[in-house]
Amino acid sequence: MTFALELSYWQSTILRIVGVLVAVLIPAGTLVYVFLFKMMSHMQSRLGPMEAGPHGSLQLMAEVGKFLQKEDIVPTKADRTLFTLAPYLVVGTVLLVYLAVPFGPDAYFADLDTGVFYLLAVSSVSVIGVLVAGWASANKYSLMGGLRAAGQLIAYELPMVLAVVGVVIQAGSLNLQHIVSVQAHGEIFGWGGIGNPFILTQIVGFGIFLLATQAELTQTPFDMPIAESELVAGYMTEYSGMRFLLFFIGEFASAGAFAAVAATLFLGGWWLPGFGFDNNAMNIVGPLVMVGKMMFVAFLIFWFRFTYPRFREDQLQTLAWKYLIPLSLVNIMATAVLKVVF
Amino acid sequence: MPEIPGVLKGLGVTFRTMLKPAVTVQYPRVKEQPATRARGVIALKEENCTVCMLCARQCPDWCIYIEGHKTKAPPRREGGKPRTVQLLDRFDIDYSLCMYCGICVEVCPFDALFWSPEFEYSEPRIADLLHDKDKLGEWFETVPDYEPYEVGSQAKVKKVPR
Repeated sequence: MTFALELSYWQSTILRIVGVLVAVLIPAGTLVYVFLFKMMSHMQSRLGPMEAGPHGSLQLMAEVGKFLQKEDIVPTKADRTLFTLAPYLVVGTVLLVYLAVPFGPDAYFADLDTGVFYLLAVSSVSVIGVLVAGWASANKYSLMGGLRAAGQLIAYELPMVLAVVGVVIQAGSLNLQHIVSVQAHGEIFGWGGIGNPFILTQIVGFGIFLLATQAELTQTPFDMPIAESELVAGYMTEYSGMRFLLFFIGEFASAGAFAAVAATLFLGGWWLPGFGFDNNAMNIVGPLVMVGKMMFVAFLIFWFRFTYPRFREDQLQTLAWKYLIPLSLVNIMATAVLKVVF
Repeated sequence: MPEIPGVLKGLGVTFRTMLKPAVTVQYPRVKEQPATRARGVIALKEENCTVCMLCARQCPDWCIYIEGHKTKAPPRREGGKPRTVQLLDRFDIDYSLCMYCGICVEVCPFDALFWSPEFEYSEPRIADLLHDKDKLGEWFETVPDYEPYEVGSQAKVKKVPR
C-alpha cells in the first residue's frame, strides 16, 4: 500500500463498505438514467423524461421519492420472513460481486486468489433470492416467474462459466488483478502498445459472455421471468414500495456489476495504455477507466435489450443448451490447444 | 442460422434511430401544426342548419343533441305565402362521447358542419366538454378553406360558406 496514513482494520472496513455502496449505487443510477430513460427513448424516436432537472436528469430522484412514499404491502398468505428477505438477498449478491472487481493497482475491495471462481459463485446466489421472492409471494404468477427465472439463470450460468474459462486458461490465473496484469503486459504480434485485451483472442467467449449476461440479468430478449403479458411482473408482482425499488436497484446494479466483470475479463480492466502498471496515479485514473469500459459494455447490453422482442421459453433453452454451451466448449478446446502450442 | 443478418439489421435500425432527432415535441412549450384537414373539432354554421336531424340520427355515439321549432318567416316575394322554416333551439355535441368519425360532417346535406383542426379544448370537468351551438359557432371561425385537389382533378373545389 502506498497510502501515507495507516488505517486500522475497522477503519478500512468502514471505508470499503461505503466504497462498495457508492460503487453499486452510482453506476446503477447512471445506467438507469443514461440507458433506460434516455437511450431507450431516443431509440424509440422520443425524448424521454425532460421535466425534472435539465434533460430530466433528476427524474431518478423523483422516481425514488415516489417509491419511498408508496405503501409497503405484504400479502396475508405470504411467507412474511422470506418475503421481506428476498430483495435484500438479490441486492446483497450484487454488492458481493463488486467486492472482487479491481479498480486500480491498490483500489480494490478484496484481492482474491480465486477471484473469478468467487465472482461466478456469488453471482448465482441471486437466483435463490429470485426463487425465494417467487415462492414467498403466495401467488401463482410469482411462483411461475420465480421458477422461470431459476431455470433460465441455471441454463445460462453454464455458458457464462465456460466462456470465462477461456480467459482463465489464457491468463493462467483465477486472480482478477493478475488477469488485468496479463492483459496489460500482453503483446499483439510483438506490439505492446495497448497490451492484449482478451476480447481480441476470446471474441467468441466475449460474445457468449454478453449473451449469457443478458439472460442472467433477465433483460428483454430473455425476460420471460417478468413477462408482463403472461405473468404480470413475475416474481415482483406482489412487491411494492421500497422492496420493489430494491429489486429495481438490484437489476441495474447487477447490470453494472456484470459490465464491470466483462470489462475486467475481456477489455483490459482498469489499465490505461501509456501508464505503468504499478503507477500510483492509476488508483485515481483506473476507476474512471473502469467506469468508461463498464458504460461501453452496458451500452451493448441495453442496446440488445431495446432492440429485440422476447424469446419463447423453448427458444431460450434451445439457445443455451444447443448453441452456446457447445460453442463455448469448442472455444475452451481451441484456447487450450493454442495455449499449449504457443 | 439464417436469422443472424436480420438480428444485426435490427441493431442497426435502433442505433440509427438513436442518432436521429426525436419526432416528438415538448407539447405545452412547442406545438406541432396539425394538418389542415385534421379532425380536431366539429364546427357548426347555424344559419345553414335546417334541423333535419340527419347528423343526430347517424351519429354512432348519439352524442349530438338537437332541438328546434317551426316558425313562419316572411315570404320571399311580395304577396306570397309566409314560409315555414325550422329554427334551431339547441345544438350540442358532447365531445366526451364523440369518437371523431366525421359521419355527421359527411352526412350534412346543407353544409352546416365542418371539421376544424383546433384540438386544445380539454376541460377539468367532463361536463364542460358538451359544446353548445354558440361554442360550435365559434369553432366555425377556425375552419380552414378547402385545399386544391390533386393535379388533373375535374371536380370543383368546395367552398366554406363564410
